Amino acid sequence: MKIGVVTFPGSNCDYDCYRAVKDGLGAEAVFLWHRDHDLQGVDAVFLPGGFSYGDYLRAGAIAALSPIMREVKAFAAGGGPVAGICNGFQILCEAGLLPGALMRNRALKFRSRPVHLLVERADTAFTSEYETGQVLTVPIAHGEGCYFAEPAVLDGLEANGQVLFRYCTAEGRVEPAANPNGSARGIAGIINAEGNVLGMMPHPERVVDPLLGSTDGLGLFRSVAAHLARV
Amino acid sequence: MTDFRVEVRVTPRRGILDPQGSAVQGALRSLGFGGVEEVHVGRLIRFTLSAEDESDAASRVDAMCRQLLANPVTEDYDVRVEALAAA
Repeated sequence: MKIGVVTFPGSNCDYDCYRAVKDGLGAEAVFLWHRDHDLQGVDAVFLPGGFSYGDYLRAGAIAALSPIMREVKAFAAGGGPVAGICNGFQILCEAGLLPGALMRNRALKFRSRPVHLLVERADTAFTSEYETGQVLTVPIAHGEGCYFAEPAVLDGLEANGQVLFRYCTAEGRVEPAANPNGSARGIAGIINAEGNVLGMMPHPERVVDPLLGSTDGLGLFRSVAAHLARV
Repeated sequence: MTDFRVEVRVTPRRGILDPQGSAVQGALRSLGFGGVEEVHVGRLIRFTLSAEDESDAASRVDAMCRQLLANPVTEDYDVRVEALAAA
């Protein structure tokens, strides 16, 4: 099993992701360069966090048009698992691989702290190692993580079970006080209709070792590995 | 071919929460400027474009807006195209 992590100019969580795959998961990890058209035969792709292209124009807008994204789109169209974390989520929305957009946090503040996440579904390629209703503690670090989509799109996401994570209290209640950025319906992470593309604002790759304070993020990487072992 | 000066104004879509606009509105009020409502913060993108004619220029800029300059989910845009005087 080989997992690729794309490095864009301005990515800053690519090494965390690489380490989460290599050390946390014990799988082969490779960096994929944004200017290449080669996915090096990987079985899954991670788009890491950071500030690709300095967030110029809109967060993720320029990265969404970089050469490697043509291959990432084809890979996703073929059913390959693609996960975008933080800036990666923004890039996936800008690339049209996920619906909606990430807007400026409602409070206009950059939020950098651990949050609680409710696992909405544990039967997907990204969450099978968790349990439905489980509460995870995972850090966020973003200024533009307020998920927005038209109400009809949000209804569709919910009806199709495409919401994987919501911001919640320590007890697992989804309420405005637990929502760090004003995201619509407390949404922290979604998948596409086919279930093979994930976008999430929180950083599971930062909590994969007891040394980092928590291993709650490891389940996501293990879920992808379990999915790849099945297909 | 003619050179055109192009200005694209991108603004948050009407009805979508614009926290930046609200913050600026609050700051203007705190400075004592009364009667300020509906503040929105967008961006201005300016460039020159060589095109066949004005309608060619306008349609190319519209394509640029749809593909890159504006986010179709959250933003509106309007375009001004003006022929530059021949040198």
